[in-house]
Amino acid sequence: MRQGIMGTKNTQLETLKKIDFSRYAPLIALVVLIVLSAVASEHFLKFRNITNILRQVSYTGTIALGMTFVIVAGGIDLSVGSMVAFVGVLAIYLMNYLGGSILAVSVAVLAALVVGSLCGAFNGLIVTKGKITSFIATLGTMSIFRSLTLYISEAGEVIAQNELYPEIGGGYFMNIPYPVLVFLGLAGFFHVLLNNTAFGRHVCAVGANQQVAVYSAIKVRWVTFMTFVITGFSVGMTAVLLSSRLNSISPGDAGIFYELDAIAAVVIGGTPLAGGRGTIWGTVIGAVILGIINNMLNMLGVSPYLQGTVKGLVILVAVLAQYKKN
Amino acid sequence: MENLGNSLLSARHISKEFSGVRVLNDINMEIRAGEVFGILGENGAGKSTLLKIICGIYTPTGGKLNFKGKDVKIQTPMEAKHLGISMIPQEFNLVPTLTVFENIFLGSEIKRGLLLNKREMRKKTGLLLDELKTRLSPDALIENLSVAEKQMVEIAKALVHESDILIMDEPTTVLTQLEVEVLFDLIQRLKEKNVTILFISHKLNEVKRVCDRILVLRDGDQICINEVKDVDEQDMAKKMVGRDLNQVFPPKSEPGDDGVLSVENLCDSTLLKDVSFELKRGELLGFFGLIGAGRTELAECIMGLRPKVSGDIRVKGEKVVIRSVGDALGYKLGYLSEDRKGKGLLMNFGIPENISLISLSKYSHWFIDKKREKQSAEKFTDKFNIKAASLDAELEYLSGGNQQKVYLSKWMDTEPFVLILDEPTRGVDVNAKKEIYYFIHSLISQGVSCMLISSELEEIIGLCTRVLVMREGRIAGEMEGSHINEQEIMFCAAGVE
Repeated sequence: MRQGIMGTKNTQLETLKKIDFSRYAPLIALVVLIVLSAVASEHFLKFRNITNILRQVSYTGTIALGMTFVIVAGGIDLSVGSMVAFVGVLAIYLMNYLGGSILAVSVAVLAALVVGSLCGAFNGLIVTKGKITSFIATLGTMSIFRSLTLYISEAGEVIAQNELYPEIGGGYFMNIPYPVLVFLGLAGFFHVLLNNTAFGRHVCAVGANQQVAVYSAIKVRWVTFMTFVITGFSVGMTAVLLSSRLNSISPGDAGIFYELDAIAAVVIGGTPLAGGRGTIWGTVIGAVILGIINNMLNMLGVSPYLQGTVKGLVILVAVLAQYKKN
Repeated sequence: MENLGNSLLSARHISKEFSGVRVLNDINMEIRAGEVFGILGENGAGKSTLLKIICGIYTPTGGKLNFKGKDVKIQTPMEAKHLGISMIPQEFNLVPTLTVFENIFLGSEIKRGLLLNKREMRKKTGLLLDELKTRLSPDALIENLSVAEKQMVEIAKALVHESDILIMDEPTTVLTQLEVEVLFDLIQRLKEKNVTILFISHKLNEVKRVCDRILVLRDGDQICINEVKDVDEQDMAKKMVGRDLNQVFPPKSEPGDDGVLSVENLCDSTLLKDVSFELKRGELLGFFGLIGAGRTELAECIMGLRPKVSGDIRVKGEKVVIRSVGDALGYKLGYLSEDRKGKGLLMNFGIPENISLISLSKYSHWFIDKKREKQSAEKFTDKFNIKAASLDAELEYLSGGNQQKVYLSKWMDTEPFVLILDEPTRGVDVNAKKEIYYFIHSLISQGVSCMLISSELEEIIGLCTRVLVMREGRIAGEMEGSHINEQEIMFCAAGVE
């Protein structure tokens, strides 16, 4: 009897150790990567380079923050890339219509966030009311958003006429680019939302076991719906950051493959695709890891055509590490 | 010994232990070729353990099996199949998107070179189905078949491998009365082909009809082997039960007079028909029935998890509409599901997160007060004596008993006033069982009302002051006082007059 109890205690301790290690695996990977990069290139640790990397990752990183909620709840959103173009085009059209005032910029930014959230709500409705799996539902809307964007803009580049607009994507606060501040600020807010609110707990529960959630009086459909709205909101944010940086949006190219980068950041950050748990800080680290890899490959002069291969390998390794855990 | 000449399968002193607990004790039997051999016993009597030993899922701790005159050690289901012993599973293992013949030959396809010889397989399947006198087409898709037809395919699948022994575990629970007749006809035809059938059923009238001989098990012991013609259904029931209750139960307390939950003529679209009862304040009302009698369905219907077609539910006399667990929670109803892992607990979460999952609004305005959440979890682990390496240990590392106590805590944290307990001691060790019984008792004495759904007669008899027996979606009987005994309840549940 006594032996039996000791035995189970030991295995429990072992599993706890395992969990702790895997919990911090993304952080460890990031540290290793930073050390390697610093050794490989003397320019890497320069302030300017770091802020550049962070700015680069802030676009897909911001989307990845929202995507974390969808994935933790057991879903996926493939439409985010097309949605960036769709929201961006609509926002710039509205701003150009409203003129050159700061008010026009504010209204356009607000509209981008609202339209993004509405697009997310549309995805959410198809998944919860239409009962179509999120993979298929957002595969459909991915095509719809892109095609509408091309139709509205007649496939031509949409240029912002308001001279105040580029300040959002290009400006600095205490030497830190605004997009980075938005990315990290939203990360902080979403971290609290996922970890410290009843809503966040319910998101995890729905992803961990939908049946248990139903039997525990959780409004499963509402929670699922809201994860898509949150993703849509963060897409709206990215649309503003990206289009204001470029001062334009290209309906055919904007946001291409953003869904892959966003999903990759979430997965590299340790959130299992099956859902049930996940962290926002993990996603931030995942996005930064992707950014550093891109940056280093550039600095080391690796062909841009090979960068996709490296990114792909990193994703595979991250997922393999998760399999081992289970 | 005298039957050795025509014995197909014999068991000698078979016993089985699980980590020191003996679940089968010295079973001796001779099964003859071409007979229908019934195995009877209550839940937990050891029926399935014995079956699993015969078809290679378990290996016995002691004793020998002899098949066709040779001693055999059956280590895996595959070996059993090669010997000629097949089991018709309760949950069918058929691929819904493939046809009948593709399923029958799944894993043992007939090939011509590298390609499948579909014509041969189709022909063989056709002959077999003709032999079974069914009108199934070899090309029918499984997903278009009725449950009875699927069962037929399972039987054909077993026969194509030339089985000498077919094991049928509760084959009729999924069938309608008409389909049962078809199955019994088939059993007769199989007998004529000299196939031996091991038949397990709770329904004593069926056993009486189809079996030639029966083995009765009770608490892992072999009680008797009888020719069916020598016993009637009442004898069988008496042999299955008839034992003293252990003193693990707390004293019973009398319920109050006022009704707190009343259900009137409740019907759902599939099973429940005109279910009516009233639960009184501080009452522990037992619900007994065989598998498929509709007890869980009733609970889910009350909790809004399953749509009702007609009928009323009243809480404290007031008519209520409940469409979700959330609605039920508003009336302070709680439901502990029988499926702890699938519907009850998040196995990859820790204890506090599980306990607070339903009552989370108690711990959060804008943010969850994790400290208070933890304190409350500590309170429950003390109160229920929940043992875990730490509060944050994931639930899958807890024993069944401790998990069940966490599940109880989860609902207790909502402060329910009617609690439906569905198999609250399933997969729980004896000590935890006793603790749960005493806890239910303390709830009752605080004025909480409970519905206890259990398949363990002992539990129902030991705890409840009133028992409702369900059969085929209806309330088949109500017992109070001295009428709460194993025979009367079992007769009622099995539909024996």
